[in-house]
Amino acid sequence: MEENIMKVNLRVWRQAGPKAQGAFVTYNNVETTPDTSFLETLDILNETLIEKGEEPIVFDHDCREGICGMCSLYINGHPHGPATGATTCQLYMRRFANGETITVEPWRSAAFPVIKDLMVDRNAFDKIQQAGGYVSFNCGGAQDANNLPISKVKADEAMDSASCIGCGACVAACKNGSAMLFVSAKISQLALLPQGEVEKDRRVRAMVAKMDELGFGNCTNTGACAAECPKNIKLANIGRMNRMFIAAKCKE
Amino acid sequence: MANLDNVKIMNPADSKIPEGPIAEKWTNYKAHQKLVNPANKRKLDVIVVGTGLAGASAASTLAELGFNVLNFCIQDSPRRAHSIAAQGGINAAKNYQNDGDSVYRLFYDTVKGGDYRAREANVYRLAEVANNIIDQCVAQGVPFAREYGGLLANRSFGGAQVSRTFYAKGQTGQQLLLGAYSSLNRQIQLGKVKSYNRYEMHELVLIKDKDGVERARGIIAKNLVTGKFERFAAHAVVIATGGYGNTYFLSTNAMGCNCSAAMACYRKGAYFANPAFVQIHPTCIPVHGDKQSKLTLMSESLRNDGRIWVPKNIEDAVKLQKGQIKGSDIPEEDRDYYLERRYPAFGNLVPRDVASRAAKERCDAGFGVNNTGLAVFLDFSEAINRLGIDVVRQRYGNLFDMYEEITDVNPGEFANEKNGVKYYNPMMIFPAIHYTMGGIWVDYELQTSVKGLFAIGECNFSDHGANRLGASALMQGLADGYFVLPYTIQNYLSDQITVPHFQTNTPEFDAAEAKCIADEEKLMNIKGTRSVDSIHKELGHIMWEYVGMARDKEGLELAISKLKDLRKTFEKDLFVPGTMDGMNIELDKAFRLNDFITMGELIAYDALSRNESCGGHFRTEYQTEEGEAKRDDQNCFYVSCWEYEGSDDKAPELIKEPLHYEAIKVQTRNYKS
Ligand SMILES: Cc1cc2nc3c(=O)[nH]c(=O)nc-3n(C[C@H](O)[C@H](O)[C@H](O)COP(=O)(O)OP(=O)(O)OC[C@H]3O[C@@H](n4cnc5c(N)ncnc54)[C@H](O)[C@@H]3O)c2cc1C
Ligand code: SF4
Ligand code: FES
Repeated sequence: MEENIMKVNLRVWRQAGPKAQGAFVTYNNVETTPDTSFLETLDILNETLIEKGEEPIVFDHDCREGICGMCSLYINGHPHGPATGATTCQLYMRRFANGETITVEPWRSAAFPVIKDLMVDRNAFDKIQQAGGYVSFNCGGAQDANNLPISKVKADEAMDSASCIGCGACVAACKNGSAMLFVSAKISQLALLPQGEVEKDRRVRAMVAKMDELGFGNCTNTGACAAECPKNIKLANIGRMNRMFIAAKCKE
Repeated sequence: MANLDNVKIMNPADSKIPEGPIAEKWTNYKAHQKLVNPANKRKLDVIVVGTGLAGASAASTLAELGFNVLNFCIQDSPRRAHSIAAQGGINAAKNYQNDGDSVYRLFYDTVKGGDYRAREANVYRLAEVANNIIDQCVAQGVPFAREYGGLLANRSFGGAQVSRTFYAKGQTGQQLLLGAYSSLNRQIQLGKVKSYNRYEMHELVLIKDKDGVERARGIIAKNLVTGKFERFAAHAVVIATGGYGNTYFLSTNAMGCNCSAAMACYRKGAYFANPAFVQIHPTCIPVHGDKQSKLTLMSESLRNDGRIWVPKNIEDAVKLQKGQIKGSDIPEEDRDYYLERRYPAFGNLVPRDVASRAAKERCDAGFGVNNTGLAVFLDFSEAINRLGIDVVRQRYGNLFDMYEEITDVNPGEFANEKNGVKYYNPMMIFPAIHYTMGGIWVDYELQTSVKGLFAIGECNFSDHGANRLGASALMQGLADGYFVLPYTIQNYLSDQITVPHFQTNTPEFDAAEAKCIADEEKLMNIKGTRSVDSIHKELGHIMWEYVGMARDKEGLELAISKLKDLRKTFEKDLFVPGTMDGMNIELDKAFRLNDFITMGELIAYDALSRNESCGGHFRTEYQTEEGEAKRDDQNCFYVSCWEYEGSDDKAPELIKEPLHYEAIKVQTRNYKS
């Protein structure tokens, strides 16, 4: 298997710090192969920058397997690039044409300020989870796991919602910068399971209030979030959350 | 090199194993340990470094108990710790399948799987608390896989003859970590945990108390965004920073996994135990080129239904290597299912070390199946013919998709029919560095050889001996964090209740911070020509070549000398762009690489000193005629503990902790019958 070389031009957003003025810089003829991942291609570019004594492009990444939610990147106008159901770290260069110019930007959202180059601050997501994304009980007091039968259908559905990796692509994709898909995924996971039942009203009120407070936009049912979500989190989660929110508000 | 003839032997009392029969030790311990009353817990601060399964579970549980917790991670959120990537599952001895499982059997399998190099008492406790973990996680809302009747489902994993593994699709680690993260979030919201994200621990701070004893009292951590060092003090420090697999550059670990916090503890006097016990996982996607940044694991669960093979005839292998034929072109009778052939009782489900070595043996003999000759097939044809593609896809579909995304080959796709047998595209796999059984030495209380310093999760050495069984790391991380440390740390902290909250404006903190700054200045000022990655790759090559799947004396001695040269290269020729102000990702990588080099040497020293083959440590000098690992229980029935000698240039000193087994008879591991 001969490795066939391909070349791409990378047009990358560079920004020295949170308050600095950013700009696109184009790096021409970056050499890579179709079997190399997109992030490995950025690694290759970074090595050449370092060789020239320049600072490498900063971007978030860790697992490189599509599960930690660390990688981000707005590639050619799509969060996580052109592939559907995949994160940036799961993107391979065979998706691009030889000689193509690829534009790479950070998530753009008021709630996710840029830290440096392509790295943004997603702390707001943690804050929403802290507001209520849990079942309130202390370690040690749980009953035997099989004392609580749960229908497989419900458990599987909860699992689908729980698959959210907290990457923020939904916010980046949304013209309003709404976090509804992310928040509703957690709400739904716990709402579908009996363990989450007891606190469901409190949870939805607290998480939605926190989301609003942190400057995420409103949902106008455009559906861009679900279309770009690398984990195929369904729009139905948002519907469920809205119903639960109204019900919880009425009870208040 | 330490003189092995007169090595120090550890006092057996140092491991603090409680009295009594094995099944009663933990109960006895809990009945007699000292506790801290609720009013006093509020007065005590605990630093937990790491937010993986071990760190997050410990931090949240300690906070639930009432301690004030400071919790650190290098990622932008606790939820992204490397534990998130675990796919396959978590073990427990629930015996829900009624297939003969028990606490004793889980204990026995773990000790046997670890090739009789783990500490018996710790492993028994692990097996004992494993069931509580499943209860705890279900209560958190972890969506484990279920049967139609509503009860929990199980699958089987390598090294066990029962079905005891709980799982959440192929994302068990993710779901368990999100469960721990949710408990952590609750405590953050309640103000009991302070969470520091994008902070990296650089230094451990020890303070000598009036009684003349040095205790761990704090850390220096770098704020990775501002580039500034900050000081944190506490009554105890818990390290939960994961394994050191990235010493080998290419591994299944996440890019940020590192051993720097562990090395900081080691340099401050914490023994490092069994560093040579590194696990090589048999089912990873083979290396494709030199620009590769990491290796991808294909879950071990695939071995439940997948069959591993290479061609019987060398001519077929050569054709495969040249790309002239495909795996599916080779008919059943010309395939060598070498694991089933060599290990009839366990077949494809032999432990990882055995499966990895068997793959290497076939590839070394020329039977590798890809262009590099470093791959074997993992085939689902038989399973698809038996179960139908739908069932197989339901079980492994997401793994098949992942494989396709990376390699452009769709496993399970119909390829060929010969003599009425249908053949489907196989996967190609090869062993890769995956997990590190070695780690910071801890006693039964999970306390290191430094007072007040505890180590939990993958970063300690305690439970897996020379080889870890699948689905047991998640179990250990959560056992340590939810059910062991929260008890044992109180035995230590109960003496500390009169010690007031610590200040960080002491000479000890001044000195520690000054050292961190000086170390970074040194790295910045080398101004050589080599990038961090280029040196790290070289380190990885040395490690894989000489300290990898098969080791020998000559190679290990060569490795040590090559590593010494590599350190010189690092110290003389490293180049780090940018400045120390603000974020500098190359500087952070350089800091970690320095520790990986030290770690590499430590692994090599340990491998050289252990004159036997056991588990993940295979010395070619010590093997049976059939090529199986040959342990030496007469001379090597010990935990090797390495003590830092004051400088990275000096060889560390070996101290042996002799092992004592009461419950289990040490036997040759047999997976054949
Ligand atoms: C791909 C893959 C699949 C796996 N699958 C399974 C499986 O199916 N079953 C199983 O049982 N095991 C599995 N394992 C092993 C298991 O996932 C790990 O052993 C386990 O999750 C380790 O947990 P931990 O909490 O000890 O460390 P980690 O999860 O690695 O967490 C380390 C933490 O320490 C922090 N940290 C590190 N250094 C510093 C520092 N200097 N300063 C501050 N913070 C720091 C990190 O930010 C992180 O929060 C798998 C491993 C891999 C690589
Ligand atoms: S909902 Fe999807 S896009 Fe949004 S954070 Fe979760 S995984 Fe990412
Ligand atoms: S790096 Fe973990 S999801 Fe992409």
